[in-house]
Amino acid sequence: MPKAPSFSWMIGGPQGSGVDSSATTFARTCASGGLFVFGKREYHSNIKGDHSYFQIRVSEEEIHSHIDEVHLLATFDKETLEIHKQEVVKGGAILYDPTLLKPEEIGRPDCLLVPILYSEIIQATAKEFHREKDLMKLQIMKNVISVATSLGLVGLEFDLLKSTLEGIFKGRRAALAPMNVWAARKAYDYGTQEFQGSYPHRLRHVQVGNGHRRIMITGTTATALGKVVGGCRFQTYYPITPASDESEYLESHPEFGVAVIQSEDEIAAITMAIGAAVTGARASTSTSGPGFSLMAEGLGWAGMNEVPVVVFNYQRAGPSTGLPTRHEQGDLKFALAASHGEFPRLVLAPGDLEEYFYDAIDAFNYAERYQTPVIVLADKALANTTETIPWYDLDGVHIDRGLLLTDEELAVLVASEGRYKRFKFTESGVSPRSLPGQKGGIFWKTGDEHNELGHITEDPDNRTRMMTKRMRKLETAAREIPIEKKVNFFGDRDADITLVSWGSPKGAILDAMELLKGEGIRVNFLQIHLILPFPSEFVAQVLSRARRRVNVEMNYSGQLAQVIREKTGFTMDASILKWNGRAISQNEIVEGVRKVLKEQESKVVLTHGA
Amino acid sequence: MALKVQDYKTDVHNDWCPGCGDFGILNAVQQALAEMQLPPEQVLLFSGVGCFAKTPHFVNTYGCHTLHGRSLPFAVGAKLANPDLTVVSLGGDGDGYGIGAGHFLNTGRRNVDLLYLVFDNGVYGLTKGQASPTLKKDIQTKSLPMPNINDAINPLAVALAAGYTFIARGYAYDGKGLRELIKAGINHRGLALLDVLQPCPTYNTVNTKEWYEGLEMDEATGIKKASAPRLYKLEESGYDPVVHNPADPAEISQKMVQAFQKSQEWEGRIPVGVFYQINLPTYHDRLNDRVAALKRFPAAKMPIYEPSTGTPAADISKALEELRVC
Repeated sequence: MPKAPSFSWMIGGPQGSGVDSSATTFARTCASGGLFVFGKREYHSNIKGDHSYFQIRVSEEEIHSHIDEVHLLATFDKETLEIHKQEVVKGGAILYDPTLLKPEEIGRPDCLLVPILYSEIIQATAKEFHREKDLMKLQIMKNVISVATSLGLVGLEFDLLKSTLEGIFKGRRAALAPMNVWAARKAYDYGTQEFQGSYPHRLRHVQVGNGHRRIMITGTTATALGKVVGGCRFQTYYPITPASDESEYLESHPEFGVAVIQSEDEIAAITMAIGAAVTGARASTSTSGPGFSLMAEGLGWAGMNEVPVVVFNYQRAGPSTGLPTRHEQGDLKFALAASHGEFPRLVLAPGDLEEYFYDAIDAFNYAERYQTPVIVLADKALANTTETIPWYDLDGVHIDRGLLLTDEELAVLVASEGRYKRFKFTESGVSPRSLPGQKGGIFWKTGDEHNELGHITEDPDNRTRMMTKRMRKLETAAREIPIEKKVNFFGDRDADITLVSWGSPKGAILDAMELLKGEGIRVNFLQIHLILPFPSEFVAQVLSRARRRVNVEMNYSGQLAQVIREKTGFTMDASILKWNGRAISQNEIVEGVRKVLKEQESKVVLTHGA
Repeated sequence: MALKVQDYKTDVHNDWCPGCGDFGILNAVQQALAEMQLPPEQVLLFSGVGCFAKTPHFVNTYGCHTLHGRSLPFAVGAKLANPDLTVVSLGGDGDGYGIGAGHFLNTGRRNVDLLYLVFDNGVYGLTKGQASPTLKKDIQTKSLPMPNINDAINPLAVALAAGYTFIARGYAYDGKGLRELIKAGINHRGLALLDVLQPCPTYNTVNTKEWYEGLEMDEATGIKKASAPRLYKLEESGYDPVVHNPADPAEISQKMVQAFQKSQEWEGRIPVGVFYQINLPTYHDRLNDRVAALKRFPAAKMPIYEPSTGTPAADISKALEELRVC
């Protein structure tokens, strides 16, 4: 049994038919009723027509993942029924269009089958609002009708839906609100009056205490807002799923003051960002695996020239085009080594939508403090997750520009040292940084090895020293960054099994831990948040006292486990892996842990998800 | 105190071959900056990779020697982030028209206010003389095992089609003329291409200084004779490259056709000078129209925090309010 009764609603249909907006309406209505929401979005690489679906899990308690079960499946087409009907629990409900098929054809006599005469309600609405000639346009109201019927079935008060719809249909679209509310009311009452009595699941409005403001947000928006707070004023991108949403959000909010540039390719995206960073702008680019591959040469130049640039890689299933709209964590080892030669870089792996926001801020601070590229390994699952989380708290958030010189500081430095040296040898490896436009601060940068001024030299002694200086910044970062920014440790010190993971599996692991506790299985969990510089000492400490060490990752080869072995010498006892393109569910972690502990499996391959 | 050419020079050892056209271009750049009295700290040079790409190291301004073919996007990022700087992007014919061709084309869509100066000698110098995208077909230089199998591209015609708003050609050893073209390119408010023909005395044994300047060897006597030089100046031929009314599509079309025709002249006589010029809103103008904050401060100068406390300047409460659910 789940830790708290949680309810899972799914809507599916052809891509472009309004699945996303229905799901958002449903989720927002539940969230405005004080419920916690976790939404997972799946779609094909196609503009219109192929199957897509959205699953919304709702609970009175905090949740961080999706579950395999569906309690209510809302459909407009046969395909959704075919693909998802087996996911519906016994006693669950299926909403279907009776003009498309008969109830016995559905093949789930153990479920409550709710026929919705979409066209009848739409026609009635058109008549009521004298819009009979717009009948084709009004077909889009199927979405509102399915959401409203669902909410009627579970009995969540109608006013919440009403105000959600009024919030959606506002401004230029305000005229559409009364019509949608009217249709929603009809569908809601139909669900309540005809079917609620035969359906066991309920959602109720929960009062949220004062001072507990909540937002509902996606991963790409979380990152975008973090970048704004973190001072990013220059963002470049080349269109790619699932990263573009972030740049488009920034572009659609000019009030943030961010210059958003769509480049001709990812090579230009990263080099433009580096050019902007050279002049002192906090600059960033966001991409996914294929684009990140193209950025390798730019990363190397920024590393060689100590330019602070932030790159977000929303990983998706590779290699090559892979599964372009599906999830994977396959880029870890590539991110650690991308581009030829060696240079320092920081690699961050946020695991939830709070970390997406705060990591975006930290990424710029690290980039400027250590004057080197910072790569943030985001992923498709969280990019497209819709989740309720606490309002972002900005107390304690600060901007650290590192050794960026003011005009006065630069003048003093030039007066005392005679000449400004951009790549001055220092103990920390970090050199004071001037910006173009500053008098006395002239520098040269080059992809060639260079001396302290930035001029080319192939002198072997200089090479030894300059390489050491650059690489030393990684040691400085490892020393300075506090442990709470590097790792998160959950659970008791003593446990039957220690899960180690990075990025998005965090949510499913946390939710599963609670469940397993109920079964008497004690799990603790080490989330590695900063992967480079790697927190070797802490990880080794945790692993040395672990009874059973298990890595959980969304990739084929267990990349984090390899990194752990390289950095600490510890080998994992077992791994729980998944690479079918669908994010890990809470159920899968529970089952995976059971298999490792009870059946002594050393490699559990997860395969759930449609 | 007035700035002198010397103020734009560094003492970095120059390792170009004797007689390299790069020297003429380097001198012209330094002289143009001096004549414009641009403070060295206000100038930011970018270059790609190749012999020419070492140029920023010889110029006493801010300089970035970047990646092969990528000088333009670096320069675009810098100029958009800080438009107060004078940004010059240096490219090579292999660098800018070959590996960097995508950037060459797409930068034309943006009319960013910068000068793109391309060192054009028809060969890849640092890798020992392979044919570049501007070497004419069937030419066989000493360094080529076989005659060039590819057709050459015409950078001026490509720039015209791509949307460059100032298109010019110079010659490395025409010091005064080149200086004037560099100044005009920098002064042009928008994206300027200046393609500079230059000899590579080591690898391009066909398009030599003698070839450009009409110093033909008399096979019988072995004496160089000055025949008519191949290069001629457009401005001296009564050519008017300027679109005087940028709102007039007919004039634009006429000036583009004329520039295209001029760009085709090669066999016999080769024109240098300004081929086409039009004043249009820059990319920065377009950006400022969208993002009001950028009008007050460009991205590089926008106050992002309170330095004494580190407190971020951005206020996202309105955005959070939009996302608020309870």
